[in-house]
Amino acid sequence: MSARTYLDAGGRAPLHPRARQAFDAATDEGWADPRRLHAEGRRARLLLDGARESLAGALGCRTEEVHLSAHHTASLHAAVLAISRGRRRIGARVVVSAVERSAVLAAARFVADETPAGRRTAGLPDGVDTVGVDRWGRVDLDRWQEAVSRRGVALAALQHANGEVGTLQPLGEAYGHARAAGVPLVVDAGASVGHVPVQDTWDALAADPADWGGPAGVAVLAVRSRVRAVRAWPEDEDPWFPGGVSVPAALAAAAALQAVLADRERADPDRRALVDLVRSSVARTVPDVEVVGHADDRLPHIVTFSCLYVDGEALLTELDRRGYAVGSGSACTSGTLEPSHVLGAMGTLTHGNVRLVLPRGTVRDDVERFLHDLPEAVAEVRRMIGATGL
Amino acid sequence: MVDARGLACPLPVIRLAAAARAATPGTVVTVWWTDPAARHDVPAWARMRSHTLVGTCPLEQPADRTGPSGPQAWATTVVVEGPPAAPPD
Repeated sequence: MSARTYLDAGGRAPLHPRARQAFDAATDEGWADPRRLHAEGRRARLLLDGARESLAGALGCRTEEVHLSAHHTASLHAAVLAISRGRRRIGARVVVSAVERSAVLAAARFVADETPAGRRTAGLPDGVDTVGVDRWGRVDLDRWQEAVSRRGVALAALQHANGEVGTLQPLGEAYGHARAAGVPLVVDAGASVGHVPVQDTWDALAADPADWGGPAGVAVLAVRSRVRAVRAWPEDEDPWFPGGVSVPAALAAAAALQAVLADRERADPDRRALVDLVRSSVARTVPDVEVVGHADDRLPHIVTFSCLYVDGEALLTELDRRGYAVGSGSACTSGTLEPSHVLGAMGTLTHGNVRLVLPRGTVRDDVERFLHDLPEAVAEVRRMIGATGL
Repeated sequence: MVDARGLACPLPVIRLAAAARAATPGTVVTVWWTDPAARHDVPAWARMRSHTLVGTCPLEQPADRTGPSGPQAWATTVVVEGPPAAPPD
């Protein structure tokens, strides 16, 4: 097989070499059950605690505030459910941006739907309040302030950055508004941790090791000790995620984060330059294309564009055939009829969408080859569907 | 009028674009669609191609249609490379 170019690292980056090293070492040293009291168990416990301490340091919180789950989705579900339940005397309304990850939107709807009828008669507000975004995907701050200040808001959720289009949210201001209203803010930082610095503007923060080169099967939820949460599931030694996680996976996640953070500032300009190259080249070489997301206020490694008259699935397949793995938010690629709610909320073209999430180590040559082959691939797919000369 | 009901993305936009290409500037063209992506993509196409979006409204099922009704159909109207038209009543 010819060389492959992997440009779809969002939520599943290639495993960082340091993660593999740490995983192997922890498999030798920390294979035992960290809950057992013998020397083997204690050694595993020590490694697990070390991993949590290291993650806490990277996120700017205390070790006991870091909880490990099996998946980023599980982290987001647990945060939204337990923290909103912790405020059930106030209400069950959940405020979200229109471009949150589906897991956040599903959890918010779940909270709204499970609201007991009794509470409705008691007159406490519920429901999901979705705040719109501008054409770059940034949440409308005036509407956000208004939404979090209403009566009965249990919780607000806003991503740090959008993983589909790369746009950074005005998190500092949004957090300020939530804090002024006394509403806890859950921040989905699954697309940003490891790529841009994280501020302390959150009450709960979910981060995704698989996105920064850690192994799949472990994820991070940090919850400030001051946040009241009611976990409506059975008690366990690991209260947020009963049963705990794999010790080698936790250690590998922490080691990979340390490695990428140590290298972040050095790599950042190069990653941004590659994204700028894609943005300018695509707009110049592909007819009828729209580059999506904010040009400056964005993650360093994500770039998205939509091509008119193009079937997203056909383009994905054509690029795959030519050796490129890319992502897409088009309906035709998701197995459902509904296109990406993110692109829809931004008012941009949803079909013919291509999303590049550049893994670390992507070199200019990879991107230039892709940019060389892209116009022909788009033209081919347009020819196949009969969209020529439009 | 372009009937793109039952067609999946990007076909409704492609059919509409073909009709717009054949039309003279100022012509009003309406596309009927059922695919959810068209709600976003027809306005996005109009913006990218400097056509003027008039609006989208639900399409009533024709009276002579028999059998179980399909998905909700919608009608989106644009003016080909023209200034905004008065919205339909």
